[in-house]
Amino acid sequence: MTSSAQANVSSPVRAEKPQRKQMSDMTIRNLFIAPTLLLLIAMNVFPLFYSLYLSFTNYSAIARKAPVWVGIENYVNILTDPQMWQYFNTTGKYTLLTVSLQVVLGFALAMLVKEKFAGSGIVTTLILIPMMLSPVVVGLFWKYMYNPSWGYLNWLMGFTNPSVAPDWLASSWARKSVPGLALFAVVFVDVWMWTPFVMLLVLSGLKAIPDYLYEAAAIDRASSWFQFWRITVPQVAPLLMIAILFRTIEALKSFDLVMGMTGGGPGDQTEVIAVNLYRKAFLGQWQTGEASALAYIVLIIIIAISNLYVRYLNRLREG
Amino acid sequence: MATIELRNIEKRFGETYAVKPFSLTIQHGEFVALLGPSGCGKTTTLRMISGLETVSGGTIHLDGANITWQKPGYRNMAFVFQFYALYPHISVRENIAFPLKAEGMAKSDVYKRVDEVVSILRIENLLNMRPGKLSGGDKQRVALARALVRKPAAFLMDEPLGALDAEYRESMRAEIKRLHLSTNATTVYVTHDQVEAMAMADRIVVMSAAEVQQVGTPADVYHAPANLFVARFIGSPGMNLLAGPRRGEKVELPGTGNIYTIPAPQREVLQAATPEGKNVIVGFRPEAAMLNEQGALTGEVYATDMLGAYKLLHVSFDSDTVVHIRCDRMVSHPIGARVRFDLDPQQVRFFDATTEKAIGPTQSAGTAPISVQAANAQEKAA
Ligand SMILES: Nc1ncnc2c1ncn2[C@@H]1O[C@H](COP(=O)(O)OP(=O)(O)O)[C@@H](O)[C@H]1O
Ligand SMILES: [Mg+2]
Repeated sequence: MTSSAQANVSSPVRAEKPQRKQMSDMTIRNLFIAPTLLLLIAMNVFPLFYSLYLSFTNYSAIARKAPVWVGIENYVNILTDPQMWQYFNTTGKYTLLTVSLQVVLGFALAMLVKEKFAGSGIVTTLILIPMMLSPVVVGLFWKYMYNPSWGYLNWLMGFTNPSVAPDWLASSWARKSVPGLALFAVVFVDVWMWTPFVMLLVLSGLKAIPDYLYEAAAIDRASSWFQFWRITVPQVAPLLMIAILFRTIEALKSFDLVMGMTGGGPGDQTEVIAVNLYRKAFLGQWQTGEASALAYIVLIIIIAISNLYVRYLNRLREG
Repeated sequence: MATIELRNIEKRFGETYAVKPFSLTIQHGEFVALLGPSGCGKTTTLRMISGLETVSGGTIHLDGANITWQKPGYRNMAFVFQFYALYPHISVRENIAFPLKAEGMAKSDVYKRVDEVVSILRIENLLNMRPGKLSGGDKQRVALARALVRKPAAFLMDEPLGALDAEYRESMRAEIKRLHLSTNATTVYVTHDQVEAMAMADRIVVMSAAEVQQVGTPADVYHAPANLFVARFIGSPGMNLLAGPRRGEKVELPGTGNIYTIPAPQREVLQAATPEGKNVIVGFRPEAAMLNEQGALTGEVYATDMLGAYKLLHVSFDSDTVVHIRCDRMVSHPIGARVRFDLDPQQVRFFDATTEKAIGPTQSAGTAPISVQAANAQEKAA
């Protein structure tokens, strides 16, 4: 019965087949890929090469002048400018501080949350919230938290008189300047926001470690400390390296948090490269050519560092 | 020295028993196999001895000292895991060195000791490899080397050959046995393979459904099983078990005219143990049957298995009673032929039909008990 019904349905289709011109699988595939490909070329590939070209010109996006080829002048200017080196230095400090704090805290949190306790699921979810917020929003509300007059943070710390309280984002404490305070304040927020990310990756690594390794270690009379360094860390290392890689790249080009909280200030104490890049490209003189050159320098640094990480990661894997 | 004494140890997970209370003394240098089907509590027992699992009751003693609550690493026992449990991220050499490094031994001594162990197990060529690249047999050698490296007083092995291919199994079996003889370390060996247990062990602890069924030498559990479970589980095929009512000194077995006369030495015990007219179970191994034209028992050949050195006849007494009889490989009987046979009176065992326990001794003739103490402890627990 069923088979005859099927035969009835299928026979007209078969009859129709030669008449209708069918698209080949290849055509369909290309049609599906085309929109994405066009978008990628327009939004990524073209700007990539165009900005490479612009980095060798003196172009300014608001000047009504065609780009003029200046060779490597932009690169030379940037790399010989002591101020730029200071910004690189600030970015480096920022990266080192945020990533190392995130790794230590993220690892510790993961070790805690890994243990099942009443409400551990809820706690894990709560810890993850900062990571899900928009960086601009985070920057803005931490700016309010840090506010010396009515910020929540100072109130929590027991300061009621703004004139003796720290003004975190202005790098001053009781009206006296404390250089570096603003950078630490921004680092703190970055750590607050992104430690959950490291925790999440480490947690999945920890959960994948089979129990029998710890049982074997217990039989082998390994102390908890020995187990941590000889089993836990090496087992989590590949995932931890991925977390570090992601966080390093993000920190090297971090922009939104810093811009939202300090805009690079006070003075240029928190002027990280990406903020400076933004300033060069879109504020004041609109130095599109030089900004492109700077962007390329950052890109090369990031590619170089990523390469080192990936190589190390591969060594870990194949060992 | 390592005499391991288990006193009424038990393990419960929630309300259910994984291991019911039992006692056992394992003598220094003894090779004891824990044998039983999957899920009967062998691993749990071994883990309790090692300290990886706590006991729910009872105590464990090592050379007289109570070690019930001592941490695993401090019991001086090595554990060989069923699936090797090698550290995947370090080389074979570092795996073997791990226990020594964990106790903080000086580096030069560590590798000297590693080299010694490596040469015993002949795995020099594997030293720089990662465990992931090794075959099952090699992994198990490395696991054994890691267990051996600290010169433990006792080895606890959880189905060390269970994950190996048949071809490696036999050679590894010999290797473990050789290792045991050369180190003379007390060994507790878990297996579900009765052939392995019979071949390797000095004594076998047969377990089923969380309960110890019998403790005895391979000869004991083979020739004088303590109950029907052991009779069926040991041997392949297991013991032939036929039930029938006892009338006087005769047992009426299934099939027509199968009247079995109880051998004279056992009559008294049996008459005391089973009421007249009630069922008793007669058990005999396939090789205890002797084909004989004048034999008292008879059945129809149902199938024959040619097993190389000998032949196994499946003989049916009636529609649901088939016995296995071992006979010369040259003997040929067509299917359906009627055969007659006798039983070797020395090798016939009797079991209570309701309790399923053996009637009479549960030690095979001619095997002295290795440890009277162990047997006593076993009885007390039962
Ligand atoms: N951690 C555990 N929690 C609950 N039940 C367990 C646990 N470990 C083992 N069991 C149960 O105990 C019984 C015996 O297990 P096990 O000792 O592993 O058997 P075997 O090694 O003989 O196959 C099984 O029924 C198993 O399900
Ligand atoms: Mg098991």
